[in-house]
Amino acid sequence: MEIQQAKFEYARRMGDNGLILGHRLSEICGHGPAIETDIAVTNIALDLIGQARNWFTLAARLEGLGKTEDDYAYKRDVYQFGNAILCEQPNGHFGETIARQFYFDAFHFHLLAELCHSADPDFAAIAEKSLKEVTYHLRFSSEWVIRLGDGTEESHTKMNEALKDIWFHTGDLFVRDEVEEVLTNAGVVPDLRKIYTKYMDTVKTTISEANCDMPEGTYFNTGGKKGVHTEYLGFMLAELQFLPRAYPDAQW
Amino acid sequence: MRNGKYSPVLTVKEIWKLLEEIPDPEIPVLSILDLGIVREVKLINSVPEISITPTYSGCPAMDMIERQIRDALLDEGFEEVHIRSQLSPAWTTDWISEEAKAKLAAYGIAPPEHSTKDKRVLMGLEERVVRCPHCRSIDTEMKSQFGSTACKALYVCNSCKEPFDYFKCI
Repeated sequence: MEIQQAKFEYARRMGDNGLILGHRLSEICGHGPAIETDIAVTNIALDLIGQARNWFTLAARLEGLGKTEDDYAYKRDVYQFGNAILCEQPNGHFGETIARQFYFDAFHFHLLAELCHSADPDFAAIAEKSLKEVTYHLRFSSEWVIRLGDGTEESHTKMNEALKDIWFHTGDLFVRDEVEEVLTNAGVVPDLRKIYTKYMDTVKTTISEANCDMPEGTYFNTGGKKGVHTEYLGFMLAELQFLPRAYPDAQW
Repeated sequence: MRNGKYSPVLTVKEIWKLLEEIPDPEIPVLSILDLGIVREVKLINSVPEISITPTYSGCPAMDMIERQIRDALLDEGFEEVHIRSQLSPAWTTDWISEEAKAKLAAYGIAPPEHSTKDKRVLMGLEERVVRCPHCRSIDTEMKSQFGSTACKALYVCNSCKEPFDYFKCI
């Protein structure tokens, strides 16, 4: 695989992660359990969608076909999305939203911290910008894992269950394929095994502080990078893409 | 059109002066220069090229700021304006001037309290005192990491009981 092609695929996948998780979080707008959490989750959605826009703009430049960020967001079908399947999982109850967010933030934070040193200046610039925002995301989700896990009997039970249930979808974050290998060898992206070690440290520390059990499952649901998704993504795209599909080239 | 349509002659220095008049759409007491959003002003063959940087990746004010800059320069008689968005070096609250911080406090928003070089504070391992912009008390409490916009956290003052926004450090 050509390095240019690998960079394009990688940038688009990063955009897919941000767009899909950002859209999921935006569904909570106006439905959060309290106004503070509602606003916080919506702000995180905004950050992630802004980051997705930066990655898609870069992807468009790398692909060189004159596309815009909207082409990637609105004009692709499920099997063309390369986001981790963790990102598309439904919000569930607030503990489940937080568990999903916490695992993703821990991964995202350590990945971006390394991407800041990328051999590609565009990758490094987006990572540097995003890392500042994601530092706050990780603080927010970690604090909630601890607050709920170390809270009442009911909140502890729900948080503990959520951490265990969502764990099944986290292995997809660490799947390595040709794109990863080409870019790791070129010093453009870090080795995912290195990120995994740091991620596990963060996850274990926080889960133990929350008095919850560290999930032990070693069998994971994977396939996101290849475009093999769970049923939830199609329903989400139906809503996300409705307007530009029903009214092509609509302006607002 | 101060100089007439066909003689759009502002120097780089005059363009900076003009940009000083453009308020931030979310925090109108600060100009876009106070916030450090404008990174560079160049004149290339008499066409202004302005580099701006977003405060946050998803900041919805960026399009508005771009439009305000464009309109201000077109009003001065330029026929073409180039605006470039630049991500690196990433915007930081360290670029907000002391004068601008005083304006923020007077407006009712507590200004950022520490440098982003202080990683322990940034990671939440250490807390800094945030002073209430209404009564100046330091007996304040964070209610939420995220406030009315991405750049602010929500605090409440235990002395005067008023809630207030805190411009968080990034």
